[in-house]
Amino acid sequence: MSFEDTELIKEFVVESQEHLSDVEEKLLAMEEQGDNIDVSVVNTVFRAVHSIKGAAGFMGLNTLEKLAHRGEEVLNKLRSKEIRPTSDVINALLRATDRIKFLLDSIETSNELDISDQLKMLGEILDCEEPSSLSQSFDGGAKQLPETQRKALDIQLSEEALREFLEECIENTDQLEQDLLAIEEHCDDDTIINRIFRSIHTIKGSSGFVGYTELESLAHAAEDLLVLIRDGKLQFHKSMSHVLLKCIDVIRSMIKALESKDSSLALDGMELIASLRLLQQEKPAPRNKPLGPSDLASEHHTPTASPETEIEKGEIPMVTSIVPTVSSASSVPVLPSSSKSDAVATQNKAVPDTNLQESSIRVDVSILDKLMTCVGELVLARNQILQHSNRSSDGGLQASAQRLNIITSELQEHVMKTRMQPIGNVWSKFPRLVRDLAVICGKQVRIEMEGKETELDKTIIEAVKDPLTHLVRNTVDHGIETPQARIQKGKSPEGCLYLRAYHEGGLVNIEIADDGSGLDLDRIRAKALERNLVSPDVLAKMSDRDVAQLIFVPGFSTAEKVSNVSGRGVGMDVVKTNIEKIGGSVDLQTQRHIGTTIRIKIPLTLAIIPAIIVLDNQRRYAIPQVNLVELVRLEGHDEVQKVEWIQGAPVYRLRGKLLPLVFLNEALRTGASETNANLESLNIVVLKAEDRQFGLVVDRIIDSEEIVVKPLSKQLKGLTAYSGTTIMGDGKVALILDVIGLAKSSSVLSSNPETNGVEMQDKNSNNGSNSQTLLVVDVNESERCAIPLSQITRLEKLDPRRIEVSNHQEVIQYRNCILPLMRLDRVLGTGGSYREDTEIDVIVYTTDERSVGLVVHQVVDITETVVKVEKKSTQIGRTGSMILLDQVTELLDLPGLLSLAN
Amino acid sequence: MSIACESKQLCTFTLANQYFGIDAQLVQEVIRYQEMTDVPLAPSCIHGLINLRGQIVTALDLRTRFGMPPRTEDRQPMNIVIRTDDGPVSLLVDKIGDVVTVEQEDFESPPETTRPAIRKLLLGAYKLSNQLLLVINTPAIVSLPSDNI
Repeated sequence: MSFEDTELIKEFVVESQEHLSDVEEKLLAMEEQGDNIDVSVVNTVFRAVHSIKGAAGFMGLNTLEKLAHRGEEVLNKLRSKEIRPTSDVINALLRATDRIKFLLDSIETSNELDISDQLKMLGEILDCEEPSSLSQSFDGGAKQLPETQRKALDIQLSEEALREFLEECIENTDQLEQDLLAIEEHCDDDTIINRIFRSIHTIKGSSGFVGYTELESLAHAAEDLLVLIRDGKLQFHKSMSHVLLKCIDVIRSMIKALESKDSSLALDGMELIASLRLLQQEKPAPRNKPLGPSDLASEHHTPTASPETEIEKGEIPMVTSIVPTVSSASSVPVLPSSSKSDAVATQNKAVPDTNLQESSIRVDVSILDKLMTCVGELVLARNQILQHSNRSSDGGLQASAQRLNIITSELQEHVMKTRMQPIGNVWSKFPRLVRDLAVICGKQVRIEMEGKETELDKTIIEAVKDPLTHLVRNTVDHGIETPQARIQKGKSPEGCLYLRAYHEGGLVNIEIADDGSGLDLDRIRAKALERNLVSPDVLAKMSDRDVAQLIFVPGFSTAEKVSNVSGRGVGMDVVKTNIEKIGGSVDLQTQRHIGTTIRIKIPLTLAIIPAIIVLDNQRRYAIPQVNLVELVRLEGHDEVQKVEWIQGAPVYRLRGKLLPLVFLNEALRTGASETNANLESLNIVVLKAEDRQFGLVVDRIIDSEEIVVKPLSKQLKGLTAYSGTTIMGDGKVALILDVIGLAKSSSVLSSNPETNGVEMQDKNSNNGSNSQTLLVVDVNESERCAIPLSQITRLEKLDPRRIEVSNHQEVIQYRNCILPLMRLDRVLGTGGSYREDTEIDVIVYTTDERSVGLVVHQVVDITETVVKVEKKSTQIGRTGSMILLDQVTELLDLPGLLSLAN
Repeated sequence: MSIACESKQLCTFTLANQYFGIDAQLVQEVIRYQEMTDVPLAPSCIHGLINLRGQIVTALDLRTRFGMPPRTEDRQPMNIVIRTDDGPVSLLVDKIGDVVTVEQEDFESPPETTRPAIRKLLLGAYKLSNQLLLVINTPAIVSLPSDNI
């Protein structure tokens, strides 16, 4: 059969990969445990490798078998504590696992591949030991356990391992049953016999490891019979399948007993073992087929010639111990026992099932994708129905539409969940990666993870895999110092890499933090200049935070020497681009000698996203909300006139900062719309594209909606202004704007980092320590004050007629509370007048749950400026005087001022 | 598109009074003109996007594709939705004709004198008794030169 049964091989590969998935982690755990090695961990690994060995053997995958076998031998010695899990041993095992994975990946050619290196490494470990020690190998294993079933149920297995074992057994018994029924039809079908053999063999092997000897001996007896059949020494006939089917019943009952921890459910397998042995003594039947080469290859698996030395040897005494019973019971026919098992079987049915086999199933990803598409359609249909029902006065329709709405949302949520995978799937390879890197770099690194179970859509998991790997590499290579350097700094020699994932506000946050050296900002500055990434002027004005962000600029690498780990200058910018491609963002915080934290925020899914719908030139467009910063509406002719022009480029002063404007009708060349200079209002959608913000001017902002993203057709792929299409509630198609593409085509963004630098400088002057946003108010007709905006809670316009007096204090009812009022002129002792007829401007200041309203003559403006106090004041509540908007202005300190007034 | 078989069925249509045909096997459906969402910045032959039962289909105007004058306002085109490797595409034509069966012996490649840009959009012509039936080369028609975009 060998490669004829590709389906079987495929299944084997998938299964083996699954087995191997957590082997690495377990090996690393073993290394950590050192002398206190946890036998159950070793057993798990052993079992995985053993299953691979067994299956590979009978499929004729000799290379794979050989390697797995060697690995198994080493593991066995580990289990029996003959060798210690030193770094060398674990290394060899890790290499072997890698190679096995590689062999599995290229299974067709696996027999021709070279495994000599790995064999040698494992062999060296084995050679260090006395060969005689093999015989004692069962000192530490599960085999020590007495052979009674009750004890078997008490095995100290982790819940997970037990569950895994049970699941596997259930799968195998189901398969067995099917195959046995099939073989009754086609007695000499090799593939089926092989499959039966394999299932039984797996059950035997794994029950051996968990120490369930009853089960093991039964499976073993069945296996022996099957070996004879497979090798053509016995002809298969109905009575055999009958006995074998009985075996399955008993095995099932044993599994059930183990599952429910109730040993009374288990049937006795002794009689069956006897029947099986009896069958083996039948006369060999001539086989109508000559032995094929693959049959020879699998010859290893007959117990006598088996290389699975330990297990087989271990079984022999046990089997022989059964033999006396067998011979005495050999006359017992099979059938009487069946009545007993039938009775128990019916009894079993009465037991409420907590069936393992039904708790999870494997589903093809393409089916999930299709489901997702269907749900997308359903969401659209729902949106349409909702629109209709809102217009209709039919109460019944509205009620059912509402119900449809709820069900659809629920369905959407659940279908999305089916595609969710825990981030731990990606993280699981990091401990190994970190360990290997640490060894190469001569560092000691510990990895800690939090929030492994945080779930993300499959496609997003795929997309973040590479960026995350890169960041982890970078951290170990550059972030964490050598042990010596760490000791010098007074830190523990072992560095810590900390991964954390959590949900927040519909986004997933992933943090990669270390307690390493932090970024060397001076070196980044020097490197940025050397690489001409920014001009010296710009650099001088950049804040530390902005300097740190420079590492995301293409072509930047500060690694002094290019190691084979990282530092080729194509790292961080790619990370950033990839994360941004899926609508995420990357943020970096660093503190010299303390550590670095990189925070990635990514959306949960890409298929259905929240968006705002805008109208421009009678066309609707969707803008993903991840790009949205805020919406600004300029009302009235005067406001619209505040749009200024720099060399033909429109800009708007948004809180003192220049916001470049892009008119959507111009960017898309849809011709002049109503957006003209003599317009009454202007809608600005403030968007962020990479590090920059810009205002997109549209005719109207319609609504926000959940939209289903559909890809652009091939003919439109070249258009950078759009990222996709969607169907609106009324069934019409709308384009989804690609904010970054739009920014680039409108030259808001350029690939030249110099301009980015200018932007950073701009930001810096705003965020810098001495720059503040000030509220400028008139105290009376002639005097002017300024208050830092950060100290103000709210600005209100209130009707002076609502002012009441209570306990000689002016108060006003404000948001269902009593707000005490103070007149700024009186507090300052300047005197002034208030218009009693129009609304008054009140500055609300809140501290410790208490609010105070400060009545001012008039609010003049909000301005952002570098505060340069000309005449410092010594009075509490007053910072000093300065020139602001061409007028001498007194800068006030609100908390100080009000504490004075109280 | 194989031209090896003896006879085949073509779905016919007219464009500026010329008679065209497309392999009937490629045609998914024919639908009336519907309101479309136009795509600013797209090549001129892309007439817009339609929602075909939840699937978004790009509509190409064959008149523009063949460099013909635009049709007059009062005449609404028809959509021939065809299957392509990259999903359905709609072709806008003036009028839909019958499905006709043509014989291989009547087939001839486009004459050398046709303009090269047009010639690569055609597979050839069937010489029918009363007129010529031009067969369009759908893969060429739906792949737009990238410099257009």
